[in-house]
Amino acid sequence: MTDRALGVVRAGALTTVQDLGRPGHAHLGVPRSGALDGPAAALVNRLVGNAPEAAVLETTLNGCALRPRSAVTVAVGGAPCRVTVDGRPVAWGAPLRVPAGALLDVGAAVSGVRSYVAVSGGIAVEPVLGSRSTDLLSGLGPPPLTDGTVLPLGRATRLHARVDVAPQPAPPAELVLRVTPGPRDDWFTPAAVRAFTSRAYRVSPASNRIGLRTEGPALERAVTRELPSEGVVLGAVQVPPDGRPVVFLADHPTTGGYPVVAVVRAADLPAAAQAVPGTPVRFVAVRRR
Amino acid sequence: MRALPVGDDALLVEVASGEEARALHTELLRRRGEGSLSVREIVPAARTVLLDGLADPARLASELTTAVVPPAPPRAREVVELPVRYDGPDLADVAAHWGVTPREVARIHADTEFSVAFCGFAPGFGYLTGLPPRYDVPRRATPRTAVPAGAVALAGPYTGVYPRSSPGGWQLIGTTDSVLWDHTRVPAALLSPGTRVRFVPVGNS
Repeated sequence: MTDRALGVVRAGALTTVQDLGRPGHAHLGVPRSGALDGPAAALVNRLVGNAPEAAVLETTLNGCALRPRSAVTVAVGGAPCRVTVDGRPVAWGAPLRVPAGALLDVGAAVSGVRSYVAVSGGIAVEPVLGSRSTDLLSGLGPPPLTDGTVLPLGRATRLHARVDVAPQPAPPAELVLRVTPGPRDDWFTPAAVRAFTSRAYRVSPASNRIGLRTEGPALERAVTRELPSEGVVLGAVQVPPDGRPVVFLADHPTTGGYPVVAVVRAADLPAAAQAVPGTPVRFVAVRRR
Repeated sequence: MRALPVGDDALLVEVASGEEARALHTELLRRRGEGSLSVREIVPAARTVLLDGLADPARLASELTTAVVPPAPPRAREVVELPVRYDGPDLADVAAHWGVTPREVARIHADTEFSVAFCGFAPGFGYLTGLPPRYDVPRRATPRTAVPAGAVALAGPYTGVYPRSSPGGWQLIGTTDSVLWDHTRVPAALLSPGTRVRFVPVGNS
C-alpha cells in the first residue's frame, strides 16, 4: 500500500466511514446512509480543503486513534473532544497538520455523541453504489473500523481551506424536534397524538444510526389492524408495538410496517445525532411549509 | 387515490390494490423518464407509492387526486428463473397450513408466476406476489436469529428470497443458489419492482 494511508490504532466503540450516502436506491431496499450530523461532516471537510462529498470518519462517544503514513491535514468536529498529536493537545474544530507516523488521538466526546474526522484527500475506500458510507442496517460499504485497519487516502487537492476555525452548534441539553403530523397520525387515538407533542420523552440508550429510540408515554393505536408495508422517509417517527416513538436516522429501512405518526424536520436531525442517552426530547408540532 | 403529505417534501400516494400501485408506479416512472416529474426516490409498496424529494408536493398532490392513471401495461419483461431446492425446514408447516403434502407445496409454488411488488427489508429483497390468497401463511411465532442467504421463504401473501444471512420470521420452504444482490454487478439487484420471477425446481425436490 502507498503511504497515502491511515492506520487505525484504536478504533473506538463504533467508528465508521461516512460521506453524503447513497440516496436514490430506496426502491431496491438500499438505505440512504451517510453522516448522521451532516453539517459537522461538511464543516470538517471544508476545514481541510476537501470537496463536500469526501468521506470522513464518524466516531461514537469515545473517539479513535489514527496514525497517518504521510503528513496530512486533519480537522475534528461534531461532538467536542480532546484532540492530541503524539500526546500534545491540539485544536478541536480547526485544521491541523499531523506529521507522517504521528499518533492523532481523538478523545472521548465531552458532550454530544459523534465526532467527525476529516483527512486531506478523504478516506478513499472503494465506493459502493456511488458512496463510501458504512450502512449498519444492510452491511453495505466498509465494515466499522477495527484496531489495525489501514484506510487508503485520496490525493489531497490543492484547495486551501476557506476557514481557519468555525463555530459549531453545541450538542443539545434538550432535544427539540419539530414535526409535521402524518402520514398515519389517524392510526392513533387523539389522546395519543396530544401526548406525543405535549409530554416529555428521553433519548433511549438503544438508539443507533438506524433510529433515535425514545422512552416516554406509549402511544395508543386507534387502528389496530396490520399496516401493509409502505415507504418511509428520513426523520419519520415510527411507532412500533411497544408504543415508543422511533425517529428514523440515516441507516433506516426503506419500507416499514408500523405507522408513522409524524416526520421530523430534516434541519433538526443533526442535533438528534448528537443527543446522548437520557437527553430530554420534546416533539413540537409545526405547520407544513 | 389519496395523496398523504409526508414531512415537507414527500408524498405517500395510497391506492386500493397492489395492481393499482403497479400502475401508478409505472406512470410515475414514465413521468420521471420524460422529465415532467423531478423526484429523488419513487418507492412502491403493497398499497402505496412513496415520492420523496419533491420540490412542490402540494401541487403534485392536488394534481394526482384528479389524475387518470392508465392501467399498467402487460408485463413485457423477461422472466428471471431462480433454481430452487424445496428443502426448507418449514416446508411441513406450510404444507399443514395449505392442507396439502410438502411435495404439493413445491409443485404449487413452482407452477406460479411471481412478480416483484416492491423491495425492502434488505438490499435486493423483493416481495413477490402471485400465489392466490388461500395460500397466505403467518410469520413464524418466533423469528430465527439467522436465516441463511438464498433461503426461499413465505409470509402473508408474499414469497421472498433472503439476499444474505439475516434474522427473519418468514417460513422457509427452499433454497436457491442464485445471487440476489451483488454490489459489484450492474444491476446490483437481480430483482427490482416489476420483475417477473419463476422458481425452477432442481435436484431431488
